[in-house]
Amino acid sequence: MYAFEYHRPTSVKEAAGLIGQVEDPKFLAGGHTLLPTMKLRLAGPANLIDLGQIAELRGIERSGDTLAIGAMTKHAEVANAAEVKEAIPALAELAELIGDPHVRNRGTIGGSVANNDPSADYPAACLALNATIVTNRRKIAADDFFQGIFTTALEDGEIITQIVFPIPTQAAYAKFRNPASRYALVGVFVAKHADGVRVAVTGAGSNGVFRASEIEQALSGNFAAEALDGVTVSEAEMNSDIHADAAYRAHLVSVMAGRAVQTAVARG
Amino acid sequence: MTATGIGAPVRRKEDQRFVTGQGRYVDDFNRPGQTYAYFLRSPHAHATIRSIDTGPAKIMPGVVAIFTGDDLAADKIGGLICGWMIHSKDGSPMKAGPHPALAQGKVRYVGDHVAVVIAETLAQAKDAAEAIVVDYDVLPAVVDTAQATKASVQVHDVSPDNTVFNWHLGNKDETEAAFARAKHVTKIDLVNNRLVPNAIEPRAAVGEYDFGTDNYTLYTTSQNPHVARLVLSAFIGVAPEHKLRVIAPDVGGGFGSKIFIYAEETVCVWAAKKVKRPVKWTSDRSEAFLSDAHGRDHVTHAEMATDENGKIIGLRVHTTANLGAYLSTFSSSVPTYLYAPLLSGQYDIPAIYCEVDAVYTNTAPVDAYRGAGRPEATFVVERLVEKTARELGQDPAEFRRRNYITQFPHATPVIMTYDTGDYAASLDKALEIADYKNFQQRKQESARRGKLRGIGFSSYIEACGIAPSQAVGSLGAGVGLWESAEVRVNPTGSVEVLTGSHSHGQGHETTFAQLVSDRLGISIDQVSIVHGDTDKVQFGMGTYGSRSGAVGMSAIAKAIDKVIAKGKKVAAHVLEASEGDIEFKDGRFGVAGTDRSLAFGEVALQAYIAHKFSGQDLEPGLKEGAFYDPTNFTFPAGVHICEVEIDPDTGVTSIQRWTAVDDFGVIINPMIVEGQVHGGIAQGVGQALLEGAFYDQSGQLITASFNDYCMPRAIDLPSFQVGMTVTPCPSNPLGIKGCGEAGAIAAPPAVINAITDALGHEDIAMPATPQAVWRAAQKARMPMAAE
Ligand SMILES: Cc1cc2nc3c(=O)[nH]c(=O)nc-3n(C[C@H](O)[C@H](O)[C@H](O)COP(=O)(O)OP(=O)(O)OC[C@H]3O[C@@H](n4cnc5c(N)ncnc54)[C@H](O)[C@@H]3O)c2cc1C
Repeated sequence: MYAFEYHRPTSVKEAAGLIGQVEDPKFLAGGHTLLPTMKLRLAGPANLIDLGQIAELRGIERSGDTLAIGAMTKHAEVANAAEVKEAIPALAELAELIGDPHVRNRGTIGGSVANNDPSADYPAACLALNATIVTNRRKIAADDFFQGIFTTALEDGEIITQIVFPIPTQAAYAKFRNPASRYALVGVFVAKHADGVRVAVTGAGSNGVFRASEIEQALSGNFAAEALDGVTVSEAEMNSDIHADAAYRAHLVSVMAGRAVQTAVARG
Repeated sequence: MTATGIGAPVRRKEDQRFVTGQGRYVDDFNRPGQTYAYFLRSPHAHATIRSIDTGPAKIMPGVVAIFTGDDLAADKIGGLICGWMIHSKDGSPMKAGPHPALAQGKVRYVGDHVAVVIAETLAQAKDAAEAIVVDYDVLPAVVDTAQATKASVQVHDVSPDNTVFNWHLGNKDETEAAFARAKHVTKIDLVNNRLVPNAIEPRAAVGEYDFGTDNYTLYTTSQNPHVARLVLSAFIGVAPEHKLRVIAPDVGGGFGSKIFIYAEETVCVWAAKKVKRPVKWTSDRSEAFLSDAHGRDHVTHAEMATDENGKIIGLRVHTTANLGAYLSTFSSSVPTYLYAPLLSGQYDIPAIYCEVDAVYTNTAPVDAYRGAGRPEATFVVERLVEKTARELGQDPAEFRRRNYITQFPHATPVIMTYDTGDYAASLDKALEIADYKNFQQRKQESARRGKLRGIGFSSYIEACGIAPSQAVGSLGAGVGLWESAEVRVNPTGSVEVLTGSHSHGQGHETTFAQLVSDRLGISIDQVSIVHGDTDKVQFGMGTYGSRSGAVGMSAIAKAIDKVIAKGKKVAAHVLEASEGDIEFKDGRFGVAGTDRSLAFGEVALQAYIAHKFSGQDLEPGLKEGAFYDPTNFTFPAGVHICEVEIDPDTGVTSIQRWTAVDDFGVIINPMIVEGQVHGGIAQGVGQALLEGAFYDQSGQLITASFNDYCMPRAIDLPSFQVGMTVTPCPSNPLGIKGCGEAGAIAAPPAVINAITDALGHEDIAMPATPQAVWRAAQKARMPMAAE
């Protein structure tokens, strides 16, 4: 790790104020992506702005048809929160599938969404649930937010404050873990909303999280696993690595989509 | 038997310390004035070093010194050695390329040592290492085992075609004749995947030099501190043997990777004198992936000949073994004498011939890893036996039974003489525990759920307690393979055992104490085990090859016998009886036929006060030493049965049942033995399903972290059903065979045999990842589509 200055603001305003004042800043949330990269000397920000003391960035709140989750809310909190389990059980289940207990008790939803790792789980939930990413500057629709591997609509120094999820009628997440890292090799989030079906896929795409239109179309007429019989996704846009090549990933997308729909339907 | 004697499932004495964080590992030792070493490693798999400019780095904050290969050469520090000479078929010695501790002119794998920075802090050492300018002329690399001899790339000048040796064992003519008259020949091509050892504690070293006494001390993560001292002094020449103290304190797992003498500890001892301060190095996990000696990496073609009665009559094997960029300490013995002599398995095979071509590549050195050679042999034999049974349409269990060796001793055509065993007994017990007779029912039940179920056998044998010295010497070993022990009885009757074995997870502090408890009738709390310090223990060969029970404890037993003999003399004087009338039983020395006796502790006290005997006819004191050199290897054997269920839609294999019936001879502590079996199976399952070290064509290690290198987790493993059979080993006084490697040896073929059974075809390599199994399952479903 290279040396850095450490800042611990207690409000979003204070954190935002540091931007522009200090050189080469980086926000620190759970640190479960950032710190390993710094330890390996692959990142070396001069100033770390720890968001951990900002109370307004935490918490889970349901109001009407939406569930709002503060950016600094930890995966374990989402996994265990009664509000989440009741409103969007699929989201609690997704959080429970992230990493291991250490990761879930440190990593945050805001950090995961800001990072947009192509194998992270939350981006699939955001996209399928048509979430709104709220920052200290604006509100961004999930469809506009995720822009490819490790790339988002966030501007320099912009802070995610909240993610707001519309509550779907039915939803589920099916994850096929990378055997080694336990990130998603393929993760499929299916969600049935009053105005249609949205299906998002993480882990598989060579350009990061994406919506699977073939699957959405097949399910919009009939939200049932049988509707996916014979539905394939193209391997052209799929990622390929030592764990899974494009053909296998494309195949897993269909399989996991079917399993997610089964779970969603069974839940009723 | 005392409550803490042989056979008692005593809780491990050392665990209190380990689980409460009181263990002391090398990295816990901090010496006054200590500096930190960081090794600049090659980012290239193969390159000529045109120049190294350390100038800018040397003036960075906190830098104490920077050394390169030239500095070691100037001090006449020798290269690292390979301690086992192998001769090729034509009689020529193996081609050993130079192995400098810091590169001289060339780097040969990613992670090779280019320079060492010694600084006040580790961070400063790393900063300075980044400032060293190395001008590399990057060369093409060779990484592929099977292609190494055909590559245009040359790793070492001594070997134009990258061959280390072309070795063979067995009888070629008889084997050819057997194949000529065979009714059926089964052929198989196998890859034994390369593994990264991944002990939980990374390697570490602290070197220290005392200018007052001219003494050197090395704290190091070693499985064999005396061998490390011998090699560092006699061969590498960093310090005279009597001036070098090597301490291997608590060590957090080795699996073979800490047997070897590496560049880092060599440099730490040498540099401590140069910089006049202690020098510490602790590997981080990334360095461990790159530079710990890897395991396995064989490519094999093998054929098995059977006659009209389904009897195996011949086996021929050709293996190419990748030894990496340099010959590590015992690398040459692994694919030769630790491999081919096991190719007879548990079977009566009259003719065997094996050829092994060892090659250099631009990859990390490969050396012994849990099982060392024996897992590779077992994989060949058990895959081939299984495939033969299938081709002959025979039940795999019965085919094995028909070919088992039943008469002992049995001399195989590949050196070994098996002393004892009852293979059918283990098979029967395993079939029973595995509920083999109802397997078809379970398979149908799986099929109803759309799943493929398969069962796989592994009827393995291994050779442990690696020895005797005369035998290994004749096969090229540079060392003898005995063990030493000293039993010191204190005046209060408590006992210290100094052993040349080294515990790094095996539980010696408990099992060795159980032996003492058993023999001397005292509690294990009265016994302490001293190991891992060359200033305390005179000499020893260390722990690997499941040798500490069979060889190390036998040495202790021999020393205990001497203690008892001396105790009888003392008791005779005190009890005023003749020595011949003294019996030692249940911890008491008594006069036969009387009720006069002394407790062990009383005799100990009498031995030291010496009031009752003249120090002229009987020496005071009670302390005896022994060196024990066994008469043969030991041959643990057993049957493992693995039952898997495959999800053909995803390729996920889940192990449903695991039966292990092992014959380890006499067992000292069944709980510890079960633990060894569990750990071994987990490692074997890791190799079969999850683990694999892969280099790309340029020689970069792709699986260089746990993100990509998949270690087994609890969720990957079932609950094991462990059974035992016992045929006591006749080759050592305790009847012990050894248990440390059995699981890792037995497991891989059991898993792959189960998967191939489920799939209905043989075409699957290790690691059988979900992707690989899915693809193989596609092929099984659509045989027409197969290429
Ligand atoms: C062993 C391990 C296993 C894991 N397994 C999984 C898994 O299975 N699935 C999965 O999805 N993830 C997994 N993760 C990642 C984990 O979920 C992390 O929590 C996540 O990547 C980042 O969240 P964080 O809070 O740790 O962010 P940090 O590491 O602190 O930050 C990540 C990035 O986001 C930026 N950032 C953080 N918060 C904000 C904010 N509020 N506004 C703007 N920018 C911000 C930071 O500046 C940084 O660039 C794993 C991590 C580890 C170490």
